[in-house]
Formats: sequence, structure tokens, C-alpha cells
Amino acid sequence: MMKQTYLSACFLGLAALVSGCKFDNYAAPSSEFRGRIVYKGEPIGVEYNNVNFELWEPGWGKSGAINVAVNQDGSFSSVLFDGTYKLVIPPYQGPFKSLKNTETQSDTIPLAMRGSRTLDLEVLPYYMIRNAKFSGGEGKVGATCALEKIITDASGKAIERVSLYVSKTAFVDTRTSVASQTIEGKDLKDPSAVQLQVTIPALTPSQNYVFARIGVKVAGVEDLLLSPIEKITY
Amino acid sequence: MKKIFLLGSFLLVLAGCNDEKFLDKEPTNILNDAQVWQSPTLVLTVLADLYDRYPDLQSVEKWAEYANFDEAFASAASEYWRSRNSEYPYDWWNYWDYGLLRELNLFIQKCEASKLTEKSLFLAEARYLRASVYFELVKRMGGVPLILEPMEYNFSGDPTYLQHARAKESEIYDFVIAEMEAIKADLPAAASTKSRATKGLALATEARAALYAASIAKYGVNTPEVSLPGGEIGIPAALAAGYYQKALKAAEELIAGGQYALYLKKPTDLQDNFASLFTDKSNNPEVIFVKDFKLKSGKIQGWTLNNQPRSSAEEQQGGRINPSLNLVQSFEKLDNTFEPFATKDAGGNYLYFNNPLDLFANRDARLGGTVILPGSQFKAKTLDIWAGYMLADGSIITGDNFGARKVLPGKTTDDQVVGFDGPIDGLEYSAQTGFYVRKFMDPAVGSGQIGTQSDVWWVRYRYAEVLLNAAEAAFELGDKAKAAGYLNPVRRRAGFQTDLVAADITFDRLVHERKVELAFEGHLLWDMKRWRLAHVVWNGASTPLTTQPGKATETSTRMFGLWPYKVYAPGAATNGRWVFRQIIPANVTNPHRFRLGNYYSLISEEIRNNNPKIVKNPNQ
Repeated sequence: MMKQTYLSACFLGLAALVSGCKFDNYAAPSSEFRGRIVYKGEPIGVEYNNVNFELWEPGWGKSGAINVAVNQDGSFSSVLFDGTYKLVIPPYQGPFKSLKNTETQSDTIPLAMRGSRTLDLEVLPYYMIRNAKFSGGEGKVGATCALEKIITDASGKAIERVSLYVSKTAFVDTRTSVASQTIEGKDLKDPSAVQLQVTIPALTPSQNYVFARIGVKVAGVEDLLLSPIEKITY
Repeated sequence: MKKIFLLGSFLLVLAGCNDEKFLDKEPTNILNDAQVWQSPTLVLTVLADLYDRYPDLQSVEKWAEYANFDEAFASAASEYWRSRNSEYPYDWWNYWDYGLLRELNLFIQKCEASKLTEKSLFLAEARYLRASVYFELVKRMGGVPLILEPMEYNFSGDPTYLQHARAKESEIYDFVIAEMEAIKADLPAAASTKSRATKGLALATEARAALYAASIAKYGVNTPEVSLPGGEIGIPAALAAGYYQKALKAAEELIAGGQYALYLKKPTDLQDNFASLFTDKSNNPEVIFVKDFKLKSGKIQGWTLNNQPRSSAEEQQGGRINPSLNLVQSFEKLDNTFEPFATKDAGGNYLYFNNPLDLFANRDARLGGTVILPGSQFKAKTLDIWAGYMLADGSIITGDNFGARKVLPGKTTDDQVVGFDGPIDGLEYSAQTGFYVRKFMDPAVGSGQIGTQSDVWWVRYRYAEVLLNAAEAAFELGDKAKAAGYLNPVRRRAGFQTDLVAADITFDRLVHERKVELAFEGHLLWDMKRWRLAHVVWNGASTPLTTQPGKATETSTRMFGLWPYKVYAPGAATNGRWVFRQIIPANVTNPHRFRLGNYYSLISEEIRNNNPKIVKNPNQ
């Protein structure tokens, strides 16, 4: 008798524990916020895990930003709770400047999340890589492109260097490249016709394809501006 | 009956409260302020605790921190992540010890109020420690709130009056410099004091702080993004010359004081001399300030235990720090030139050596004093670093455990085919770069045992650094002859016969000299930061090992190694000789990338939320 009471008390306690979770937990966030960093609708390529922007949700006791990372192709996505956020691209992030928002008259973009939404963020890059073309063969990767200066007023910046990166995987930038060729900005004669070429080193394990991408370092801007990634079979 | 009992107990409780003697007892496990501040001995125990909390990023007690950059590889499975990660997190190296600062401020306040005859010394020591903590804070975080009084909360519910904004970076440096000037006269001048503040230490700290401020002012122009509009980060370039002058003046005052000299007790063996400089605790003329240890007292350190060569280890461990080839090849040849190690001739054929040490001959004596090389000795035992046998056709026979044995071609019995120190790729405690560390290694028997360990002190300031500081300040002020004059004694002690002349002194020379003289002494990160070279040298690019080790801006993001092999070619002239191969350890998978946001560590959101006046550091 005694034992039965004890056991049933245990079960009651267990049931309370299990069902209790229902009462004090929030539902997981479900609204998806996705989009791209664009200039006139054209996405801007960046390095992976390197460019972030911040989402702030005012009204809480302590403030802390939600960092949203931008992918290599300029896209981003984040799963959020519904609410009213303020989106800020910090000034030192990315090879671009953020535009003044017409609503807030500052770099802050108001973001109302009511269910999932897609929003492309328009920014002003220092340069754009136009007509990036890659070619492969005979153990070499060649690339051509044109660099268009977008910010041409006094706040515009010079090109520090242009590089062609070749990588074994689809993550391509300084960190992962197995070979690269760099032209210093001062040696760049015609930015509208940039030509680069690298020799692919021996790869282990061997593979008959590589991924290539052009990167532009703007003087005084930490983050690189990068072209789309192209898989090259040779 | 029951009621009477309850009433009685209630009365007893009331009466008990009136008995003041019963409750008001002197605690037996704690000393109050009045008791402490009547005895210099007790005050010293309080001060000793404050000394013990002096901040170090890298030290003999934190061996793994040396593997973060390009000086060394960590040969321990739990630390491989240091060479696998690419980015340094923004909050790495952060430091915000206002608890310690409050205790120092309280100590200073109480000391000023006390009537002890020794109080001026105690006061100066506490002020030294407080300034040192601010120096550490400004190195890591930039300008921080400068709090010089213990703050008290008045329980009004409004803490805003306790919130202080960050001071300018230059103001913190100014504070450190001014404090050192103010306290130096109250500190003992004799060099025999090593583990407490002295006049020499105050001057050495002043010189170092002024030099840091000066170089941030001068080289900060290369990274205009690393600054804040309020000056919390960044020092105006116009202030550089003033700081360089202060650095030179403080260093020269210490040099002119004549209390310190370069360690030269073993002039016939300069490598051993350089190693002894760090382990010799009797009348060491060079050492200025240390954290001291004592055997059998509980205050011991495990540097030798952690890093002892595996072949002669006193425990089943050791060999954790493997100096990189990047560092090893930076040591100059004795004719004052730089050269990577030549392992092959112009035709791409291996060069053969009779002894593995031959490759490292005619180099800076500090090389052998800093690094245990293949073929050299530690604790009178020759190291057993060799990666295997190389056959005549270039193929390699090696094993995957310390001293593994295999049957060589043409033989019937097995032979040892790899050294008892490795190198074996991926095997922890083996010399995976081909080298072990020697600096701070304790030659005493038992220093490698867990139960004994080592009492070699951790040197925080020494005379050679003061000379290098003076040389750098003089160079930046345009006096190259004077810079050469301060550099040459340090170089002569390292075995260089030909002095440098004024025309030889360049910025790259000074960068290089500090790199090799002060390796494994916790200077590298701060130096690279103040010269704004960190993001240039650790730029995230996977480049091959540089062939210009004397150039300050060469990329060095991955740790390389150099493995010796024995040649097995019976009958041939090369049989039994040695060849070397440059390798990169398998666990060095990613290049280091120091981003602009790493120059000053992230101030956590918690701190910024508690005090909204704290501005965030840039680029994070």
C-alpha cells in the first residue's frame, strides 16, 4: 500500500515535469527573414563568415544585437520571432557603404517581421566587378573582368589590389585559396580590362576541377569585394 | 505545562540576544583592517596577494598561449585547434579586472591613512601594480575608465553616478608614465630585489609604456580604421615624438643607474649562457622583475614538465611547445645576414650533413639558447629528433610511435626507424616541427616530475629589453648611431663579432631583434599590435614559408617545421648522413587571420549594458 502511494506520487511528479514544459517555454522562432545585399538589384559577393549586420529589437531590459552573417553570394537568412526590429549595417562591414534610409533618415532600416519576408538590402559599393569571366585549361585558370568605380566623389577609394583566388572547395577567398595571383593597385593600368592567371598546383587528393573567384581589396576597407564563384573543370 | 515551556523558551531567546559577549566574538579565521594595518608583515601578505594577481597573457604557467601566433606549434591533442582555427575571436585577450583595481584602490586608500613607517614603500608598490593593471588594460582594450578611488554604492537605486566613460588611449598611457615618474623615488634602487617593485622596474615600465604609446601614434596612421572619434582608440600622430623621447629618457636613466647589466656568466658558451639567463636565480644582473616560484612550497610551475624532450622525459609527457621553423630561421647568421636554411642545392638535390647540428652552425647563439635543436643536448642527454630513414631512391621508412622499430631493406633484424622525440605527425608530445623549446627550461633533476616541477622564475622585465626599447626610441627619433650603440651589446652577447653601424639600422632590424631576443617572453602580440603589423603578417593567406626572414612585413600565418632524416644507403658515401625536409604539420590546417577588430578586444555586451557610457571598440 505504502509503496503504491509512493510510486504513484513519483508518476504524478514526473507527469508534472513533462507537462510543465508546455507552460513555461516559448514557441521556437519561425519567421524567416531572408534576402541579399545588392547594388541596383545585383548581389555583392563577400567572404564567408566575415560580413555581418545587426538586428536590434528595442524594448528589452538589456540590449544585444542579433548578428546575421552574409553568405559568399551576398545572401543571408535568419529565423526570428515576429516583432519590430531595427536593422543596421555597421560602417566597417563589407566593401560598401550603407545608404541613408528614407524613413529614419539614418543608416537604420526599420524591419517589421509579421511572418516570413524577403528583403534585399540596397547598399552603395565602392566598386563593382563586371563581366567576370573564367577559363580553365592546361593546368591554369584565367580570368578577366572590368572594375567599375561606383563611388566617384571625394569619399571614393582607390583599389589596393586585385586577386584571382583558386580553391579546392566552393569556399573561395584568401584563407582557402591554394593559388592566387595579385595585381597591386598601382600596377593596374586599365581597371576596365583586368586580366589574371594562375597555375593550379598539384592537389591532394587529386581533382579535375577547382573553384575560382576574383577579389578586390579597396584601400582603407577591410572586407574584400568578390565576384561570383565559378567551378572550373580542367 | 506546555505553555509554560514555550514561554520559558521565548524568554530565553530574548535574554540570549542581550548577551553581547556571547555573540560578539572576534573571528579567528579573518583579520580586520585595524589588525592588518598595524603590522608591516601583515600588510606585506596583503600586498603579496595583489602581486600574485598581476596579469600575464603568456607565461611559463600558460604554455599553450604561445601557440596562437607563428612562434610555435602546440604538440598536444587538446590544443590543435589553435593551428586549425583561422580567425581570432574578437573577444580573445579581453581583460576587465576592475575587481582587482578596486582592491588596489582600497589598499592605497588605507595605506595613505595608516601610520606605518614603511607606508611610502607599500604605497609606491601598490601604485606600481595599479598602473601595471591599467597598462595591461590599455594594451588589450584601449582606453578604459580611469578609476583611482574605491567607489561605493549608496543604495539609492540609481547607479548612474558610478558609470564612467572610457578615457582616451593616450590618457591611460600618460597615467602609467606619470605614475612611474611619481613613485620611482620611493622604490629601492638595488637590483637585488626581483619579485617586488624597484626603481629600475618603474623606469623599465615607463620606457615600455611610452614606447608602446609612441608606436601606436606613429604606426596607427597605417590603420586609420582602428580608431574611435573620442580617442578611446588611437593616438594622434603628432604625439609620437614626445612619447619616443619619454621612452628614451626613462630607458637611459635606468641604463645610467648602472644597477643592471647583461647576463654573461658563461662567456665561453653563449648558447648555454643565454639559456641560463632565465634559470639562474642567484645574483642575476639582467633580470628586473619576475614572478618567483619555490619548490616544496606549493608555488611551482610546470613549464619544464610540459615541454621536456620526450626522449629523456621524467614523466610520460612533455614536448608540448614546438617552436616553428618560421621562428627558427629568423635567427641570423653570424655575419649579420639572413638566410633560410639551405636543405637542397641549386639543382634540387639534398644537402648531406654529418651531424644534424651542422645545419644550424654559425647562427645567432640565441637560437640554441631558445630552441632545443636536433642533435643538441638537454640535461646532458642528446636529443633523439629524427623523422625516419631516407633510402637512396628518396623513399622514407618511418614509424608511428616514439622510437618505433622496423626491418630495413636488406636486413633481417629490426632497427629503430624514428627518434624517441619524434617527429611523428599528429603524435602529441613529439617534436612535430622538429624542435623543442629551451627558454625557461629548468635543468634541475626532477623539474619534469609532476610531484616536483620547477621553481624557475617567470621574467617579466629584463635589461636587454630596456636596451632594445632605447634602441627603438633612438631610431625613431632619427639617431641611428645611438640605436646601434644600444643594439650592439645585446648582439655581442649573442655571439656577433661584427657590430652594426648606423647605416645598418632599419625598422625591420629592430622588429627582427625583438622577435629573436624576446621569443617566448610574452612580447610578440603586443609588439605586432603596436606596430600595426599584426594584420599584415597574420593576414589569412596560405603562403609558403618566407625566404626573407629579416623582413618585417612578410606573411607568416602557418607554422612550418624542419624534419631531419638519416640516410640509409649501404655502401654509398651518403650512408648515415643527414638530410632535412621542410614540412607543415598535418594539424596546421588553416592560416591565422588577424582582423582589424582584433587590435582591441571586444568589450562584452554585459559591460556595455551595465554602463552605457562605454563605447564599443571598432571593426567588431
